[in-house]
Amino acid sequence: MPTDLLYGAEVVLNGLMAGVLYALVALGFVLIYKASGIFNYAQGVMALFAALTLVGIMEGQIPFSHLINAMFGSEIHHFGWHVPAFFAILLTMVVMVGFAILVQRFIFRHLVGQEPIILFMATIGLAYFLEGVGDLMWGSEIKKMAVGLPQGGSLWVEENTQWLGFGNEDFYGFFLDKLDMVATVIAVILVLALVAFSQYTKQGRAMRAVADDHQAALSVGVSLNYIWILVWSVAGFVALVAGIMWGAKSGVQFSLSLIALKALPVLMLGGFTSIPGAIVGGLIIGVGEKLFEFTLGPALGGATENWFAYVLALIFLVFRPQGLFGEKIIERV
Amino acid sequence: MLDQADGYLTADGRQIGPVVMEMQNITLRFGGVEAIKDISFDIREGEVRAIIGPNGAGKSSMLNVISGFYVPQEGQVLYKGVPRPQMRPYQVARQGIARTFQNIALFEGMSVLDNVMTGRLTHMKTGMFAQAFWKGRAEKEETENREVAEKIIDFLEIQAIRKTPVSRLPYGLKKRVELARALAAEPELLLLDEPMAGMNVEEKEDMSRFILSMNDEFGTTIALIEHDMGVVMDLSDRVVVMDYGKKIGDGTPDEVRNNQAVIDAYLGVSHD
Repeated sequence: MPTDLLYGAEVVLNGLMAGVLYALVALGFVLIYKASGIFNYAQGVMALFAALTLVGIMEGQIPFSHLINAMFGSEIHHFGWHVPAFFAILLTMVVMVGFAILVQRFIFRHLVGQEPIILFMATIGLAYFLEGVGDLMWGSEIKKMAVGLPQGGSLWVEENTQWLGFGNEDFYGFFLDKLDMVATVIAVILVLALVAFSQYTKQGRAMRAVADDHQAALSVGVSLNYIWILVWSVAGFVALVAGIMWGAKSGVQFSLSLIALKALPVLMLGGFTSIPGAIVGGLIIGVGEKLFEFTLGPALGGATENWFAYVLALIFLVFRPQGLFGEKIIERV
Repeated sequence: MLDQADGYLTADGRQIGPVVMEMQNITLRFGGVEAIKDISFDIREGEVRAIIGPNGAGKSSMLNVISGFYVPQEGQVLYKGVPRPQMRPYQVARQGIARTFQNIALFEGMSVLDNVMTGRLTHMKTGMFAQAFWKGRAEKEETENREVAEKIIDFLEIQAIRKTPVSRLPYGLKKRVELARALAAEPELLLLDEPMAGMNVEEKEDMSRFILSMNDEFGTTIALIEHDMGVVMDLSDRVVVMDYGKKIGDGTPDEVRNNQAVIDAYLGVSHD
């Protein structure tokens, strides 16, 4: 096999795995949008907040310690214990459920039936508020996400794919990042679990009912308030997973919230209302931007990954505004 | 106050039971407009109760009060003899009151079977985590609920479209699916908002047949709103007549038919 083709294959593989990470973020958007018609601008910040909370709990950081120290002149920073990753993740999930309840109780319960733009503005406010709370609670320095995820390239894959080069000296086997591989497996499990949840459980059925028609859902005894809390909790869980993966990749820092911007083109491609759409959209963007950079990048001066996704999304908006899997927009006249 | 225990025998020999739902002096206002003015009536167990009246008489508003979608400013709702506190629509549904809508509210993205299964939600007890970890019990519950749903699908003769997405169905069938979903809840009281609106003669006959055999076979108590006088008179045991938000008649179809106020309302006598 010619080495160019092999490199191409490697690029595609890496693109697929990057795409999974984009899809993870997009998934959080889709869940909330489907169930309540809210475009949750705060999804990225939720991932950041979840990651900050997880690291904070693991390292036994005292929440709001800067604030407490400033007010009382004390010098406290740590509880002095370390919480194992598994329990820290459970505790973080409890925090995210609490967040879901507060958001529903104090914001969206009062905005039922409002225009989408008003709901959207509310989530922008929520995003900045949550970012501020995250800063105040856990501090703004860059932290390491040490939950025991493997780092670096996988030697095993490299050694076991070397034969594909058939003795070609230039080919050393595929280079795959271990973290990306783990992320892919976890994302696949997460998506399967979400699908099973929405298809086969009572709550999942109620969730689909609310996503489809509020009035009809009420008439079969579904509490909208409860379902919205549930949906925000699930979105919080997805944000936590995304926060762990991205945090392990690039450190837990405030720019993490910008991954939400990467999810936008994914949503435009996949459609705002489709879970499979979010996944396929993520994969297309992941592979697309890596392949584009690999083939045409050098000719265009490189760094095409920064804009490729958005241009692709724009093209989609022109020719298929509802995305690949979105509900077709038909207006009756 | 009505005697809760008594009942009556219909012309075709069915025993009608005690009062299930009693509306006492209900008044509903939208801003300055009084949609319902001081109306009282009751619904008895096992009967087909109709609410009729010209357009804008407040019939749908009345149904929305019963199902909790509207909250009346004055008056009291008694369910099984107990005054009902202010409730949200989903709480009313959980009490065993199912309904259909005038403008069909179905889950368009789901199949017919899935729609009917949502009607079983109030009967599903297993919680989220039990369902995840205790597969056997969840499966048993699913099978039981599925059986009820299938029985109702058979009963309403929609087996052929079980797996069809609702969005692809014609209007008449959608109405029937909505009825199936409401019936799947095995309600103690079934509210039908214009079940025959927009149907052709054949579809109306089908729907009448279903309503009657529902009442007959499952003993379902039914309250329905209808425009078509002929259909209502054939179907119902007792009829409430509304006009301009007021009750102008209440009784058996024959009594109502001979009521001068009702005749005036329907023939359009000038109000002077």
